[in-house]
This record gives sequence, C-alpha cells and structure tokens, in this order.
Amino acid sequence: MNWLIHYNYWIVIVLMMIGLYLVIARANLVRKVIGLNIFQTSVFILFISIGASRGASAPILAEGIQSYANPLPHVLILTAIVVGVATTALALALIVRIHEEYGSIDDSSIHDQDDEP
Amino acid sequence: MTAEHLPILQVAVPLALAPVCLLIGNRHLVWLLATAGGLFTFVCAAFLMVSVFNQGPLTYYLGGWEAPWGIALAIDLLSAFILLLVGLVATLTLIWGKASIENEIPGEQLSLFYCMFMLAVTGALGIVATGDAFNVFVFLEISSLSSYAMIAMGRDRRALTSSFQYLVMGTIGATFILIAIGLLYMMTGTLNMADLAARLPAVRETTTVLAAFAFLTVGVSLKIALLPLHQWLPNAYTYAPSVVSAFLSATSTKVSLYLLIRFFYTVFGADFVFRDHGLQYILMPLSLIAIFAASGIAIFQKDIKRMLAYSSIAQIGYMTLGIALVSQSGLAATIITMFNHGLIKGALFLAIGGIFLRTGTSQLAKLGGIGRTMPWTMGAVVIGGCGLIGVPLTAGFVAKWYLIVAALEGAAWVVASAIVLTSLLTVVYVWRTVEILYFKTPGDSVRDIDEVPMSMLIPTWLMVAMVIWLGIDTTLTVGLAEQAAAMLFDVTP
Repeated sequence: MNWLIHYNYWIVIVLMMIGLYLVIARANLVRKVIGLNIFQTSVFILFISIGASRGASAPILAEGIQSYANPLPHVLILTAIVVGVATTALALALIVRIHEEYGSIDDSSIHDQDDEP
Repeated sequence: MTAEHLPILQVAVPLALAPVCLLIGNRHLVWLLATAGGLFTFVCAAFLMVSVFNQGPLTYYLGGWEAPWGIALAIDLLSAFILLLVGLVATLTLIWGKASIENEIPGEQLSLFYCMFMLAVTGALGIVATGDAFNVFVFLEISSLSSYAMIAMGRDRRALTSSFQYLVMGTIGATFILIAIGLLYMMTGTLNMADLAARLPAVRETTTVLAAFAFLTVGVSLKIALLPLHQWLPNAYTYAPSVVSAFLSATSTKVSLYLLIRFFYTVFGADFVFRDHGLQYILMPLSLIAIFAASGIAIFQKDIKRMLAYSSIAQIGYMTLGIALVSQSGLAATIITMFNHGLIKGALFLAIGGIFLRTGTSQLAKLGGIGRTMPWTMGAVVIGGCGLIGVPLTAGFVAKWYLIVAALEGAAWVVASAIVLTSLLTVVYVWRTVEILYFKTPGDSVRDIDEVPMSMLIPTWLMVAMVIWLGIDTTLTVGLAEQAAAMLFDVTP
C-alpha cells in the first residue's frame, strides 16, 4: 500500500481532473466556472499540503516544540485564493451580461445565435 | 535618491493611479492622468535601460528585505528592452485613444476603463520587472483580469463571449503556471528566480522538476497563443475596443514570451530545456505550422482586425522559431522580432482603430476605396503591412533577416526557405487588403468621411516612423538584442 502514503496528491489529481473535465465537457457557462473553481482549489490543496510535515506544530514560536510546519505556502495560497475569487466574480459578471444579450447561458445556443447575422 | 527606486516606481505608480482614475468623473482629467501614468512608465523604462546598459543588471530588494526572503525585482537588458516596449506602446495608445475610447466606451464607464488600462499596464510591467516566481503569477493575473474586463467592453456582443473564452483559457494557463511554481518550490524551497537557478541543478533529474517544466511550458504557451493553444486570440482581438486591441496585440503576447525566455534561460537553463529534454523538436514544428496555417487563414478573413489577429499568431510563430533554433543568434532574432512586431502591429491596429472610429466597421467589404478619403491613415496601413511582409527599410525586414541568418547558421535550410515562403503568404493578405482599400469604388459609407483628427494621426505616424527608423538604423534593436541574448546564454550553467 505504498502509493497511499501520499494520498494528498491523489486527492489533488482527482479534483484537478474533475475540474478540467467540467470546463471542457459542460456547455453551461456557470458549470464551466464551477469546474474552473474546482480546478483552482485542487492547486490550493497541493500548495497547502506541501507545507505540512509529520509531527510538526503550527508555526508559532513556543518552548518545547522542535519542528514547525512551513507557513509560506499558506501565505501564497491566501493570495491565490483572492485571485481565484476575483476571477470567479468577473466570470459570473460576464455570464450575467451574456445572459442579458443572448437570453441564454448555454454555449451551443449562443454560438447558434451568432452564426446568423 | 529616487533613481535607485525606479524599478518599483514604474510598477507602483500605475498601480496607485488605477484607483485614483476611479474617483475622477471628468473624462478629460482621467485621460490626462492615465496618459501621464503611461508616460511616466516610459520615462522610467528609458532611464532603467540606460542604467542597465551602462552598469549591468539591477536587483532591487522590496522593502530592503534581501532575497531569498524578500521579493526581488531583477532587471537586465532583456527586461529593460521589453519594459521600454510596454511603456512606449502604453503612452502612444493612450494619447491616440482619447477620441476612440470616448466613442466606443459609454460615458459612465470611462473611469472604469482607464482604471483597467492602468492595471493592465501594471501587470505587464510587473511580470517583466520581477525576479520572484510567485510574483510573476500575481502580476500575470492582474494583467489578465484587467484584459478580460477591457475586452468585454467592446461594442459587439460577441466581445462578451470572446472575453469569457479568454478568461477560461487564461485561467487554466495561469493555474498551470501556479502548479509549476508550487512544484519548483517543493523541490528547492525558494521562489527567487536566481536562487531557483542555483538550486535546480541538484534536483534536475527528478520527475517533479520535469512535471513543473511541462506545466510551465504549456501554461505560458497558452498565454503566448502558440498554436494549437491560440483559439482565444482572434476573437479577443477582433471584438475588443480598438485601443485595447492595439495595446494587447503589441504587448501581452510579448510579455508572456518574455516569461518563457526568462524561465527557459535563467531558471531552468538552456542545457536542461534543449539538450536534455529536446524541447526544440516540439517547438520547431509547432512554430512552422503556426506560421503557415495562421498566414493561410489570414488570407481568407473578411474582417481586418481578425486578419491582423491571425497574422499575430503567425508572427508569434516566427518568435518561437527563433527560440527553437537554440542558438545565440536565434534568440537575438526572437528578441528583435518581439520589439519590432510590437511596433508594427501596434501601428496597424491604431490605423484600423482610426478607420473604425470614422466608419464604425472593420469589415473589409464595407471599406472599399477608403484610401481616397483617409489617405494618411491608409498610408500607415500600407507601411505597417510592408513591415509585416518584411519589405527592406522597414523594421520587419530586419527581424526576418536576422531570423533567416540564424536559421542558415544552424544549417536549417528548410526553416530558412519556410520563412521566405511564408513571407509570400503575407504578401497575399496584405496586398488583398491594400487592393480593396485603395482600388475599389468607394461605397456610401466611405465617401463622406473625414480623416481622423491630428491627435490620432500623430501617435499612429510616430509608430510608423519608428517602424521605418528601426528598419534603417538597426544599432538600437540589433545591438541590444544581441547583447541581451549573449547575457542569457552566459548565465546558463
């Protein structure tokens, strides 16, 4: 059962593939955005899990503690989460505008409307 | 005193101006402020260029925290060169853009638009200036998010769908880059590029570093719009407001390409990328296909902006071709092409933007005979088109000349002849445009229009003049590009 030791990576890979699949396979734009979110979240988990180390404590200086978890990846991911939120907000705003103009948020129906001039 | 802070000032000033733009309701004032910001970045870039040229690469530690703990900004010849391009294009498009922006963007959104524009400039400059891998991701997202918003402001409703398409592909690309940075951090424990370069050789054969390399290459290629990852580009350039098409086509793909060169040569090292893993065997065919296919598709476009967008994809092919030649002269040719093509495409999009302002369309069929009513704008289109083809005495000739020389040096006869052959394809689509625009009888929509105002003609012709000047006097571009390429090859372990 050696491959289970790094189970965090398996979780990341599975989430990543689910996210990418949603982005590619779904015609509904909101679902695409959800897929994008799952995809990004998998990367956040990847970053956060590499900061951990077995038996380590939170990075707060205290007596009697020998090893600390690495806080830097968490800080980086705070930034990346903010970026992710901004991206989602922008994407949803675009979808609202697309719905106003086309009356649909389905990829294929939008394409059909633009083909007839 | 302030001179030593130039690297951060040229990123921080447009960033600070962005929210200020939001607070100003007056359309003249907000334009003036944004243009002043653009001009400031250009002046900074010029000073940085002189300083780097005379005293060698600069490193600036943010807040005085030394690397690898703090974030460092690292500026060498290549970055100074690209900073100069971004500053120059930002200034000229903003000066040019006042009438065009006010025509295409609704009045109440003007402040928002200038805010986004400043953020896009900040992001582009930041990517080029920074020496920290995670910082690259942050600036990349600043520039991308503002670009998505600006593209969506186009008048056609298809601007919305193209912006969404760009957003999805751009976010996947940026997340790939984030994965690569995470994997690199995992193996080396550092994010500083110079530090990464020093620590990577010890772990270079691990799968993790290889995976990081793969993710990074694909992620950045999405941003460059290297074929087959180019689908977002034609729609985005076609439906974006004119000023955005001009700014993005001249800078955004070049900045991403800079990122690729920076990671290939400074972080991973040319030996790792090309000798050990043979990336040129993938890059070369893709570049050649990009040049042929995109030039071919450009011939059949009905919309000038879309035609120029496909021509951009072809030109990106020339740039990656230079990298794929794996030689110092090839890299120099890439750098020359980046700068010269930025100016040529910028000039062309400005001219087309002028036509769009007067006629409200960029459809070729509706613009027949416009050469008679807008002679100055059309003159710019013709010279820009000559630049794309690579006619002698234009900047495009210099770029293609050095590319062909580099190909011949590497005894790549097929590549050299392919470059000449595709120039013929370029002749076809440029000539087709010129023929329609000059020799057709003017239709109703074209007959009664005026030339664009001086405020638009002067920036357009300044860019055209630079295209000609750089085609005659090559000391600036070629000299700098060769030195920059030599430096990049030197740092390779």
